[in-house]
Amino acid sequence: MARIIVVTSGKGGVGKTTTSAAIAMGLAKKGHKTAVIDFDVGLRNLDLIMGCERRVVYDFVNVINEEATLNQALIKDKRCNQLYILPASQTRDKDALTKEGVGKVLEELSKDFKYIVCDSPAGIERGANLAMYFADDAFVVTNPEVASVRDSDRMLGILSSKSRRAEQGDEPIKEYLLLTRYSPARVKLGEMLSVDDVQDILSLHLLGVIPESQSVLNASNSGIPVILDEQSDAGQAYSDIVARYLGEDRPHRFIEEEKKGLFGKLFRSK
Amino acid sequence: MSLLDYFKSTKPKSASVAKERLQILIAHERSARNQPSYLPELQKELLAVVKKYVDVDQDAISVHLEQDVDQETLELNIVLPEESVKKP
Repeated sequence: MARIIVVTSGKGGVGKTTTSAAIAMGLAKKGHKTAVIDFDVGLRNLDLIMGCERRVVYDFVNVINEEATLNQALIKDKRCNQLYILPASQTRDKDALTKEGVGKVLEELSKDFKYIVCDSPAGIERGANLAMYFADDAFVVTNPEVASVRDSDRMLGILSSKSRRAEQGDEPIKEYLLLTRYSPARVKLGEMLSVDDVQDILSLHLLGVIPESQSVLNASNSGIPVILDEQSDAGQAYSDIVARYLGEDRPHRFIEEEKKGLFGKLFRSK
Repeated sequence: MSLLDYFKSTKPKSASVAKERLQILIAHERSARNQPSYLPELQKELLAVVKKYVDVDQDAISVHLEQDVDQETLELNIVLPEESVKKP
């Protein structure tokens, strides 16, 4: 049986697709057979972030409508043979997804895969609801910013009331916080909500903090999940997150401002 | 303390303002989320009944459900106009 992870946030532009691509690659690199599915029907972008946009032939909706088999639609990643991508349809409207259809695809994937990562669209409409409906774990991607925190809380309400686990009275979805675009320097100045502030408000288990980083744009520019940029802070932060999710005990990083070098020390204000 | 620090410390930092606003808002939204779905309908019907006898405003009635560990309290609040005019 596969473990189904939904990457969700409510608000758009906080880093769901970046996170989906990174953790799917991270899990696969650890040797777990992983599928990552784009639920953003009509506005697919996971293919672009994963760098396989020119290899899309069939998509998620084709499989649901039985116009293609799952094996025809799954794109095998060229960098890691344990990773497969199921792109969203670009042309159909979001009503093309059905609960039965999505359930069937996930069930079939579950036979063969260890992890299924569902990249949720923004909002709380059908695509987002179906992305989280079958989930076992939820990665709630949040920016340290008022609108994002509020929308994350809204998603938590939906996760706990409208998921399959909630409806069937099973053990609830495990919810994890991923705080992205974090800037320790601005937190120190009192201009940005801190990790503790966000945890006070949302009371979620913190899986990791991703610092605001130029490497994220560089990675998406070239279609490489940022976790593969092992030199970068964001890449390392995602590696930590994958390791923690798999049960490794790793201390949190990127929460404090980086220590200044010699130049910084000479000109330090205090 | 430098002059700059003095000016900085006079106004609250925006992050703490954000936290306070969020805490209030989210507490409010969570309590609304946990209300049973019949509450708005109940409020509408109660208002209709009251309106038969007293001329009250749409927003003069509020229904609030408090949930404690072992009891639920349904609080009903109707603000009557200063001179309750009985309808003929």
